[in-house]
Amino acid sequence: MNDLLEILENLHPEVDFETCTTLIDDKILDSFDIITIISEINEEFDVVIPAEEIVPENFNSAKALHELVTRLADE
Amino acid sequence: MQQTNVLEYLEKTVLRVPEKLAFADDKDGLNFAQVSHDSRAIGSYLAAKGYYNEPVVVFMRKHPKCVPAFFGCVYGGCYYVPIDEEMPRFRIELIFDNLKPRVMLCDSHTVEMAKTFEFAGETLIYDEVIQTVVDDAALADIRDKQLDTDPIYIVFTSGSTGVPKGVVACHRSVIDYVENLSETLGFNENTVFANQAPLYFDACLKELYPTIKFGATTYIVPHSLFMFPIKLVEFLNAHKVNTVCWVVSALTMISSFKTFEKIKPAYLHTIAFGSEVFPIKQFKIWRAALPEAKFTNLYGPTECTGMSCYYHVDRDFELDEAIPVGRPFHNTQILLLTDKNELAQNGEVGEICIRGTCLTLGYYHNFEKTNEVFVQNPLNDRYPELIYRTGDLGKWNERGELVFVSRKDYQIKHMGHRIELGEIEVNVNMMEGIQTCCCIYDKASDKIVLYYVGDMELKALVTVLREKLPRYMIPNKVIQLETMPLTANGKLDRVALKNQFEAQKKEK
Repeated sequence: MNDLLEILENLHPEVDFETCTTLIDDKILDSFDIITIISEINEEFDVVIPAEEIVPENFNSAKALHELVTRLADE
Repeated sequence: MQQTNVLEYLEKTVLRVPEKLAFADDKDGLNFAQVSHDSRAIGSYLAAKGYYNEPVVVFMRKHPKCVPAFFGCVYGGCYYVPIDEEMPRFRIELIFDNLKPRVMLCDSHTVEMAKTFEFAGETLIYDEVIQTVVDDAALADIRDKQLDTDPIYIVFTSGSTGVPKGVVACHRSVIDYVENLSETLGFNENTVFANQAPLYFDACLKELYPTIKFGATTYIVPHSLFMFPIKLVEFLNAHKVNTVCWVVSALTMISSFKTFEKIKPAYLHTIAFGSEVFPIKQFKIWRAALPEAKFTNLYGPTECTGMSCYYHVDRDFELDEAIPVGRPFHNTQILLLTDKNELAQNGEVGEICIRGTCLTLGYYHNFEKTNEVFVQNPLNDRYPELIYRTGDLGKWNERGELVFVSRKDYQIKHMGHRIELGEIEVNVNMMEGIQTCCCIYDKASDKIVLYYVGDMELKALVTVLREKLPRYMIPNKVIQLETMPLTANGKLDRVALKNQFEAQKKEK
């Protein structure tokens, strides 16, 4: 989780990722960020996020994203 | 009579297909009759108020109504300057300093934000201005005085000194571009575009003007869809989109996530991409998914009105090859000039210089910068003739195709945007507590890396930078250093920093 938070905080130092649950709904993350996050997750965790998982629900909070990465890493 | 005004496209089309949908997004749409009416109403208002031959700032959310807003300025004999709510305040102020605009056109949403600008001129609201009764006599009078060398828009590009430069384009270069681009890509009245490019760049010319020329249709893709590849393809299919002219990163976003295994764009037959290297691995995925489609690489600087060269992909490429830039459009010539201002021979590298009607008028209120790059053709000592020096290095390959090699300076292409690394550095160096900084670009990972020396905390630095620069210019990585590596001459050692970054990547 800490590695993931670091990726997110590098992109948006001004956001509190531990509490925010509206990263997409409130337009905090944009398409540049999503692409960056997905490629960093790929580099850091060796996890490929498939197209069908790239949906708003999975990116609205650090927690949701962490759950996704954990789930994909287990598969 | 020969066409001399871009609005003639709209005027012919509206007679033919007034009810046809012209510009739409996921919620609203305007047909050609509405586009024509709203444009002429806005032009009539500007004329009545005495605005003429001057910049009109268009500050609206990305919406179909932006298009009549643009054309309305042209009807009024003015030129439109699109700015965007996502542009940082600091940048908008620099643009206003340059333009000294007297009038700004907003929508009901942006007008609130506009109130906080330091702007003494008149602020108009789109929905109110289009209530103006169209004054055909006034518009005819303006048209009668217009020349095809008069400006129609200004778009701002990154400037290495930290101040954005406003590129001014006229009717003639836009008409030249629209005619040749349409011929090359085979647009017609059945073309259905999906627009990706922001409307404040010249990239959107590709959809805007062919749409009014042919009576085609453009759907503005909601920005948020570029985060969600499957939803994006669903949008293309729902609207039967058959043509896209997108930045490479928008296309690779779809292909790299194996979207095509789930869903394919069912109607897409024409795919143009530009100004950026298309990774061949990703390109092959696209071609395999849409074997019948026509893929075209486009290349060109904003200073020469949209794009200048094209290459229809007609063969396979190895993973380490680059897709060529190809050949210039009809009525445009490329000169490859060496350091000695001679033509590069036999695969020799030279600066890509452009000659033709496509040249824009130059940078607004900035003769100094204009004269640096819009210069007399060094091969012509007989009469005045301007060429534009792109600062891009290229060469002709053995097939006679132009190939992009690299930049002469520190300008880069990142996520489809043209960025001067110097502009980022200037903004960082302005901050208190910063001693020095240096930006490098790691091509392999497509990352902008900022190194700095100073007391400022990393988080604070990024937060301040976000207020000053558009987000595509925000470095992807920021690294604090104790000292900055210098070359023997005492200059910032960019090579050392690049090597350091490479080494760090390998450690991981």
